[in-house]
Amino acid sequence: MSLERPLTEPDFSPAPGSAAAEQLTRPSLSFWQDAWRRLKSNTRAIISLYLIIGLAFFTLAGPLLWTQDPAAQDLDQISQAPALPKTARLVADYQPFTAPIVADHPSEPEDYPDELAAVAELSVLGAATTQSVKLIWAPVDQAGGYSIYRSERKPEGLLGLGLPLETVNAGNIVGFEDRLNLKSQPYYYSIVPTDGFDEFDVVTTIKVEPEQSITISQAVLQGLATPDDLPGQVIPLAFHPFGTDYLGRDILARLMQGARVSLFIGVVAPLIYVLFGVFYGGFAGYLGGKIDQILMRFADFVVALPFLLFMILFKIAFGIGPGESGVMPMLVALILLLWPATARLVRGQVLKIREQGYIEAARLLGGGSSYLILRHIIPNTMGVILVTLTFAVPSAIFTEAFLSFIGMGVAPPTPSWGSMCNEGVKTMLSHPHELFFPALFISITVLAFNLLGDGLTEALDSKMRTRDQ
Amino acid sequence: MLRYTLGRLLSGVITVWFIATATFLAMHAVPGDPLMNEKATTPEIRQNLSKKYGLDRPLPEQYVIFLSNMAQGDFGLSFTQQNRRVNDIIRDHFPVSAALGVLAIAFAAAGGILWGALTALYRNRLPDVIIMFLVILGISVPSFVFAALGQLALVNLNQWSGTSILPVAGWGTLSHMLVPSLVLGLGTMALLTRLMRSSMLEVVNEDYIKTAKAKGLSAPRIFFKHQLRNAILPVITVLGPQIAAITTGGFVVELVFAIPGLGRYFVQAVQQLDYTVIMGTTVFYGAFLVLMVIIVDIIYGFIDPRVRLK
Repeated sequence: MSLERPLTEPDFSPAPGSAAAEQLTRPSLSFWQDAWRRLKSNTRAIISLYLIIGLAFFTLAGPLLWTQDPAAQDLDQISQAPALPKTARLVADYQPFTAPIVADHPSEPEDYPDELAAVAELSVLGAATTQSVKLIWAPVDQAGGYSIYRSERKPEGLLGLGLPLETVNAGNIVGFEDRLNLKSQPYYYSIVPTDGFDEFDVVTTIKVEPEQSITISQAVLQGLATPDDLPGQVIPLAFHPFGTDYLGRDILARLMQGARVSLFIGVVAPLIYVLFGVFYGGFAGYLGGKIDQILMRFADFVVALPFLLFMILFKIAFGIGPGESGVMPMLVALILLLWPATARLVRGQVLKIREQGYIEAARLLGGGSSYLILRHIIPNTMGVILVTLTFAVPSAIFTEAFLSFIGMGVAPPTPSWGSMCNEGVKTMLSHPHELFFPALFISITVLAFNLLGDGLTEALDSKMRTRDQ
Repeated sequence: MLRYTLGRLLSGVITVWFIATATFLAMHAVPGDPLMNEKATTPEIRQNLSKKYGLDRPLPEQYVIFLSNMAQGDFGLSFTQQNRRVNDIIRDHFPVSAALGVLAIAFAAAGGILWGALTALYRNRLPDVIIMFLVILGISVPSFVFAALGQLALVNLNQWSGTSILPVAGWGTLSHMLVPSLVLGLGTMALLTRLMRSSMLEVVNEDYIKTAKAKGLSAPRIFFKHQLRNAILPVITVLGPQIAAITTGGFVVELVFAIPGLGRYFVQAVQQLDYTVIMGTTVFYGAFLVLMVIIVDIIYGFIDPRVRLK
């Protein structure tokens, strides 16, 4: 651009003004806006916030989406590990089985034999299903009976035959029906011939893999089939994405119902006792002097009470009748015993803030007590209170879990994450998923609240506020 | 110093008395009594039993008798365990809980201070990230899960090696204590690591560290003499209540590993309303907690000379 351009009239008119150009400072952020801005830049805190929202959704909306009854027992799938949906073959209702008897074979040996041959022609009669496995075999000459064993592992000769199912006391009965807690997995059936009293050292083993099946009347009862369905048809069984527990109850549905107990106690109890602590501590701190001394002595005394004992005493004192879950007594006990920590903290804050210059200034300008408390003291303690609250939630959830774990918490059949862990720990070695899922949910919840608490501490810390600007 | 200690002890005694009174009243407010579980089938037997234990007297009189006995250090006979004195129960089973707790605290404190110092030293680098991740895990997983996993690990270890390297449960030797105390200390260790880390990072910015650097002190000397010693203070404050909490709160670990500690008797007594055992253990635990806090405050004074002035 050349300076030699001739100047014209418009060049001397004032430049168009805008509000932005007049702005000398950045838009002022309130304390909370600033804290929110800093919290948003903390990835871990935001992820935990989403996790908490997700848990709330899981608890509140979950049972609407996953409509399985948490108390219903699926007896076809007990202690089922998490798996894809399973199917079962429909079979006719149970017909009593009479073992075949070989007419022209003696039922007892003529003399006690020294040796017996092994059972021959051991085979499965009909289809092997989880409803029944029928075995038949050819009679052994001079045998006075047969012992039938079942094992989940392949026996080595005569070792590890497994569960003794039955001893038949006649040489001419050559059939047996097993209906004992069959699952869809390989079994090894072994038959040992006897002379009527003692077993002989010969064994015949057969491998059988029963097919998952369900009787028509059972299927109709569970709403899986209609009475018109025919035996032989394959129908889908109830789906348990997280598996089932030792009573065949759906773990996902129980986790959702348990979340209502665990999160209810974990959120409501801290909310109430932190609120109470704020009032108590704020009152003591603001009044000061003798009243403060007395109030804080009492708080000290409550802190020193043995927590577990009083927790249990409260529970018993409230009297839990049969069929009640015991959530309320636990809530009350938590509130009555845990408030002093917050009270102490808030009192300390109030004592500090009371002496600050800006309070003095507000008072000089004519601010009354209620104005000072509402406008200056409470907003300035809010940060500490919020942080206490987020850290109080995990500790309350832990306490609930601990109490339920030792059998002092929520009474069965109401599930809570803690009592589910308690049940899961008993079958930890054989069915680890029954412990894993509730423990995982407790851990995730506690983790999320802890990380959010960390993020809030950093975001609300006034020292940090000056540091990064 | 002596005056301060005596004053604290006196207020401690008053606190214990308060706890004892509150427990006494709460316990008697609960419906039922320890004879409920007895085979006191006829009213006569029941009457004799309550006469023997002094339950037939009015409550204030029972309270006075209890207090005077307590002052002499006698907590009386257990209701549910025949011919066993409460003092004997405490004497037999508290050392077990205490040994477990002391080892757990040793693990927790050593680990917490070491890991905390390490994370501060390697701030925002790989060791820090890894350790802090484990710490978050340690804080978020309930202790009974750790206990169960610890036992599972022992089972697998013994199965894998073919011999019993470490016993899975029970009590008696040091090898019985190792894993339970580690499990018991994990949560506290995580807590202390976090505390130590933030405390170390706060201390780094202090003026006296700059002064020390300006004086030309060697890095290890600054680290140990100035940074670590100052950063350890908040850890020690937390340690007092934590010692009491761990020694008295190892119930879950005691349950999982079948350890005959006092916690089990305490919970059992509460369930069966065994008045004398409840009172004995509560007063004992209360006194222990109060004493621990006082001891820690005194130790604090030795480490931080500024506190001694008070």
